[in-house]
Amino acid sequence: MTMTLLRHLAAAIVAGAVIWAASVQLNAFRDFQIAEIAVYVVAIAGLSVLIGLSGQISLGNGAFMAVGAYAAALLMLHLNWPVWAVFPASAVITAVAGGVVGVAAARLSGPYLAGATLLLAVALPSLANQFPGVFGGDQGLSLTVTAPARLGATFPVTRWQAWVCSAAALITLVILANLTRSRVGRNWRAIRDDPVAAALTGLNVARLRVLAFVVSATCAGLAGAMLAFTTTLVSPGSFTLSLSIALLTGAVLGGLGTLAGALWGALVIVLVPTYVTDVATSHGLSSGVAANIPIAAYGVVLVVVMLLFPDGIQGGLRRLAGPLIPANLTRLTLPDRHPTAGDQQDGLPSPDRRRPVGEHQEEGTK
Amino acid sequence: MNRSHRTRTLAVAAVVAAALVAAGCGSSSSGGSALAASAPGITKTQILIGSHQPLTGPAAPGYSEIAPASNAYFQYVNAHGGIYGRKIKYTYLDDAYDPSKTASVVRQLVLQDSVYAIFDGLGTPTHLAVVKYLNSAKVPDVFVASGCDCWNNPTTYPETFGWQLDYIREGKILGQYVKQHFAGKKIGLFFQDDEFGMDGVKGLSYEIPASQIVSKQSYVPTNVNIGPQVAALKASGAQVVVSFAIPAFNALLKLASLKLSFSPTLVASNVGTDPITLGGLLQAFAKQGGATVNGNALTQGIITDGYLPTLGDTGNSWIALFKKVHDQYDAKAPFDGNVLYGEAVAYTFVQSMLKAGKNPTRADLTKAISGGLPQGPAVAPYDYSATDHGGMTGAFIGVIKNGVIVQQGPVLTTDTTPTGAVTPYSGTQAPAPSSGMP
Repeated sequence: MTMTLLRHLAAAIVAGAVIWAASVQLNAFRDFQIAEIAVYVVAIAGLSVLIGLSGQISLGNGAFMAVGAYAAALLMLHLNWPVWAVFPASAVITAVAGGVVGVAAARLSGPYLAGATLLLAVALPSLANQFPGVFGGDQGLSLTVTAPARLGATFPVTRWQAWVCSAAALITLVILANLTRSRVGRNWRAIRDDPVAAALTGLNVARLRVLAFVVSATCAGLAGAMLAFTTTLVSPGSFTLSLSIALLTGAVLGGLGTLAGALWGALVIVLVPTYVTDVATSHGLSSGVAANIPIAAYGVVLVVVMLLFPDGIQGGLRRLAGPLIPANLTRLTLPDRHPTAGDQQDGLPSPDRRRPVGEHQEEGTK
Repeated sequence: MNRSHRTRTLAVAAVVAAALVAAGCGSSSSGGSALAASAPGITKTQILIGSHQPLTGPAAPGYSEIAPASNAYFQYVNAHGGIYGRKIKYTYLDDAYDPSKTASVVRQLVLQDSVYAIFDGLGTPTHLAVVKYLNSAKVPDVFVASGCDCWNNPTTYPETFGWQLDYIREGKILGQYVKQHFAGKKIGLFFQDDEFGMDGVKGLSYEIPASQIVSKQSYVPTNVNIGPQVAALKASGAQVVVSFAIPAFNALLKLASLKLSFSPTLVASNVGTDPITLGGLLQAFAKQGGATVNGNALTQGIITDGYLPTLGDTGNSWIALFKKVHDQYDAKAPFDGNVLYGEAVAYTFVQSMLKAGKNPTRADLTKAISGGLPQGPAVAPYDYSATDHGGMTGAFIGVIKNGVIVQQGPVLTTDTTPTGAVTPYSGTQAPAPSSGMP
């Protein structure tokens, strides 16, 4: 256990050094993109753990990001809290919200859970319009973010944002990596694979589901606070249903249940649209076409990845690298869930391959 | 092999050509004041500006036509000598009307592409995401495409300038018309539940006596079921409904009223009444509901206002100019209110760049606008000064007849205060220059 922790810490320190070196070399906009990627890594990692390990689905993590973002904005605006206090506080506040929803959600599964969380994604951000006095209505809350004075007057604020967000993301990943490898992680996998069997061995299925939901919401809340810190504005328009869908897409693309997959998913979400827009505009395409190419490219990437790597990018890399990488370095899933030849033919991502959780439950209650 | 050889020959030819062009530029401008790279985004040959626009997503229908129309006018200017010989390059990126994306694309434009200025950034919630950033980075943020009064704040946002008539003034102008023409009648209000609608209602309430207003109904753009609001307006007995809504919701309002056999006189903000957009939406929505309607018949008689010459006024020199530019550079788009808007705001930008001087810094541009701009395509003067970054000050009342807005009466100007009078504008609008260049 301590060895695992040390290994994860060492990996995080190496990753931190690489990000630091990159942030100093790259231009200010690339620094901003590093911060954006960090935001999505945290949000997707939380969702990926929920879906890939505990077998629940959430379309509402965009709404939890809104909770975290508004919490962060209010703390910064009214109490002038420093960022190192705002991030954990926002995460805790969102954890409470996630707990409330999770208690209700633990009784639902499959499409019903998706529906309930969808409701959350649609309804929650519009609360900001209902209470414009507190949340600033459609205009949202605007923040001022500056780099600490000791870094010098000319220090680019985007590099500061990249550092803070990357640090938060790395800490989150270390915690998640240890959590998923701990007894809790094993229990999640047990209730995912067969809740009835898990219950028979004495696991409290409902409590484990709520816990997974809370962990996922906490990550989303932290990501929301990071987003507020990066974009310096929190408004309902940022937390539409399409954000929740994008997080889900990122998690599936990267590889459900893997933390490295969260990085791939975030990279695709942040970099593909910018890169494709650059290419499209530099080739002089008409604006109507160029504007829609990023969406089309996103779709093409999704289709190609799902066809070639039904386990997501991380799953695909793992299969390509095969025996070169020790399984325990990249995988959080159990060895017995290696995709089989039969599974690959159906071309479905891994969560669909097992029997829906709901089916088991129905059998259990008959 | 053969092919790569030819590619290399072409590349060499291109380099030689570029060198010749560069040498040519160098020699021609060596006498007198030479063109210099005086600011980020400005080279000897080019002015690079950027914008965030909803090219996809919910706000795209209609609004996505604006930036290509601006670009069409810039191409016209480039083909006619450019600005002191420099060509304008206009990079507008899609933010899908999502403020988080706006924050990202505007940083890309400023930090990576090094644009000289952000021009015509579209939308109130979206542009609010970047207004602080642009001002702290000292990037000129000119002619925001939103009528929010919030851009007019020279102390906090010295780099930011509005352009179109703000919603408070618009509300006052429409309100005065309602007060004069519908005295004693019951008035209902229908408005979008954000800055746009609330600023409009503020302006209306400065003019319309409170006793006449029988019902105030708001909607949120994400909920298309406005049946309850329309029923409440009908129940209140409103004879006139004043609407501050986007085109889609004016169309829904009209159709929901039809369903309830409720036919008040409709007075609506300019934002939501471009007859071509509105007529098209009415037909599309009715079709979804399994009915066929005539868009022009339904928009007939809607009272609105306009701050640019009306599209139907083909004898107007400004309309003739913008139609000519549209036909030449942007013919695929319909010549509607959005296209007119895009071209007119581009014209204003060229005006201010010419005023900013031959080798302008970023501060020269904001100084030029703060010093006041000639009226150009706007029907009423701008109020730009060191202490006012608002933009247009007035509009005329118009009525939609057979799919075009027909002007009724004089151009009216006013201010944004509760007591400032709405008065007819005594000046006349100068015709468009025959060269098409400011």
